Amino acid sequence: MTAAPLPDGLVAIVKRDCPTCRFVAPVLADLADGALPLTVYSQDDPTFPDDVKVVDDTELEVSFALELETVPTLLLVAGGEIVARTEGWLRPEWEELTGRAPLGAGLPEYRPGCGSRTVDPDIAAARSDAAGAAGLGPRRVDLGEHEDDVEAAFERGWTDGLPVVPPTLERVARMLAGTSRDPADVVAVVPPDLVECTVEKVAINAVLAGCKPEYLPVVITAVEAACTDEFNVHGLLATTYFSSPVMVVNGPITKAIGMNAGINVLGQGNRANATIGRALQLVVRNVGGGRPGGVDRATLGNPGKYTFCFAEDEAGSPWEPLHVERGLAPDASAVTLFAGDGVRGMVDQLSRAPESLARSLAACLRAVPHPKMALGFDVVVVVSPEHGRVFREGGWSKARLRDELLALLQLDGDDVIRGAGGIAEGLPKGLAGATVPKFRDDGLLLVHAGGGAGLFSAIIGGWINGPGGSQPVTREVRP
Amino acid sequence: MSPRVLLDPTGERTPATREWSPRPASLDGRTVGLLDISKPRGDVFLDRLEEQLTERGLRVRRFTKPTFSKPAPVDLRHEIGTQCDVVIEALAD
Repeated sequence: MTAAPLPDGLVAIVKRDCPTCRFVAPVLADLADGALPLTVYSQDDPTFPDDVKVVDDTELEVSFALELETVPTLLLVAGGEIVARTEGWLRPEWEELTGRAPLGAGLPEYRPGCGSRTVDPDIAAARSDAAGAAGLGPRRVDLGEHEDDVEAAFERGWTDGLPVVPPTLERVARMLAGTSRDPADVVAVVPPDLVECTVEKVAINAVLAGCKPEYLPVVITAVEAACTDEFNVHGLLATTYFSSPVMVVNGPITKAIGMNAGINVLGQGNRANATIGRALQLVVRNVGGGRPGGVDRATLGNPGKYTFCFAEDEAGSPWEPLHVERGLAPDASAVTLFAGDGVRGMVDQLSRAPESLARSLAACLRAVPHPKMALGFDVVVVVSPEHGRVFREGGWSKARLRDELLALLQLDGDDVIRGAGGIAEGLPKGLAGATVPKFRDDGLLLVHAGGGAGLFSAIIGGWINGPGGSQPVTREVRP
Repeated sequence: MSPRVLLDPTGERTPATREWSPRPASLDGRTVGLLDISKPRGDVFLDRLEEQLTERGLRVRRFTKPTFSKPAPVDLRHEIGTQCDVVIEALAD
C-alpha cells in the first residue's frame, strides 16, 4: 500500500464534498496554466475540479501516504520532497507557495479547509483493520467463487450447529483490538488434540461465536481456566455424562460489557452471555478438535453445551460475590468455571424464614445426581433475588447458609446403600449404619442472580469432583 | 458480496483444501473405470468409450451408481478407488 513518489511542482489534494475545495477550484484552474506543473488528486470524485486534469485518489493511497488531515492541501514538491505545505485557503500562503500573485481575485482572504476523507472514522478504522489483518498468523482459507461464506463454515465443520459469523481478516483484526495481548501469545494448550491456542485463534472463534471485541478478555480467561489440570476440560468433554463448562462472570467487566445478571439470567437474549459461553465451546471444538461423536461421548448432553455463561448479580446480593469468596479482590473481574449438567428448577413459594427455605433447598439438593449418591458431585445453587431476600431478612450470611445446608444433608447410610428402598443403585453396603455427607465441604457454590419476581432457585449439578474429575476454577480477567 | 478469504479457526491439523490427485501423462498400462451415474443413455456413451479404450489395449471396468440423485455410496467409491487408476464418469441425459 505504498503510493508512488509525488510529482515535482505543485500538488493539490481536494474533494468535491468540501465547500472550500469548490471555492478554490478556479484558482487551481489558473495554476494549471502556470509555469510550475500542477497535479491535482481528488479524494471523492475524479471529475472534480472540472477544468483541471485530475488524478483519482478515491482509494486514498496518496492521501494516506501524506497523512493528510485537511483538504484542500497544497504542496510544493521538488526532487520528490515536499518543500512547502499549506492547508485550507489562505491567500498569502498560496501566493508565497506558488510564487504567483495575485491569486484568487475576488475571493476572501481566508477559508478553513474540511476534514480529509482519511480522517473519516469509518475509513480510518477499516484501513487500520486491513493493516492489522495483514499481519495475522493463522492459515487463510480461500472460498470458492460461488461459495456462500456462512455455508462454508458449516461445511468445514466450524460450527456448533448454529450459523457462525464468518471470520474475515477485518473482523478478526477488530476483535484483537479488544485485548492488549500479543496475537501470537499462547493462551493455553487445548485438549483433546493438545493444540497450542494463540490469542488470535481465540479471537477467530470469538468472531465465529458473535462476540464483540470487548468480550475477548473474558473469553481468553475462560479458555485459560478451562485448560487447567484442575478443571480438566478434556475429561469433561469425553464423558458420557451431561456436563460441560458453566461460566459465572464477576466484577466490573460484567456491567462494562453489558452482561445479564437479571431477568432470564440463565436463558437466551443477551449477546455477551450467549456469545462468550459459545466462544469457549467453539475453541474446544475447533482448536482442540473436541466434537460430538469424536472425543465428546455424551449420552444425552445438555443445551448448555451451546453456551452456558452468566453474570452474578452482585449489587442486589445479600452476600459477598463468588470471586471474592474464592480469594479475589472485590474490584477484580473474574471467570469461574464449573462442570455443570444443566438447570433443574427449585420452587418454594411459601417459606419466609431462612430455616424453612434452607430445608426446602436441602430436600431438592438431595437428588443431585441421584438421592442415593453422595460426595462424588459438587453443585451450584443460583439463588434468586426473592429467595435471597429471605436469607437477607433472616440475617443469614452465605457461610451460614452453606453450613446449614451441609448439616441438613447428612445422609443416613441405611437409606442410601445399594438395595435400600428397593433400588439397586446406591452407596456401598459397608456404609450401613454410618452417616454420609451428601456434599464435600467446598462442594456447594452459592451464586446470586435472576429477575426480581419469582420464589425460585436453580440447581446446577456437577460432574465427578476432586483430582480425578473437575474442580471449579476461578481466574482473574486481565485486559 | 460475501468475503472470499476467511481465517482458519481450527488447530490446522488437516489441510484447508484438498489437492487434485496428479493426472497421469498417459493411459498406457492403466485400468480405466467407467462410471454410469444412471442417467438415461449414459450407457450408450460409455459402451462406445469401452470399445475404443479396449481397442487401445487398456483394461476397462464398469460401475453404476444406484441413482444419479445421490452421491455414490462409500463402498462403490472405495471399489473404484482400489481397482482403477483413472475413472470416466458419464453424466449424459
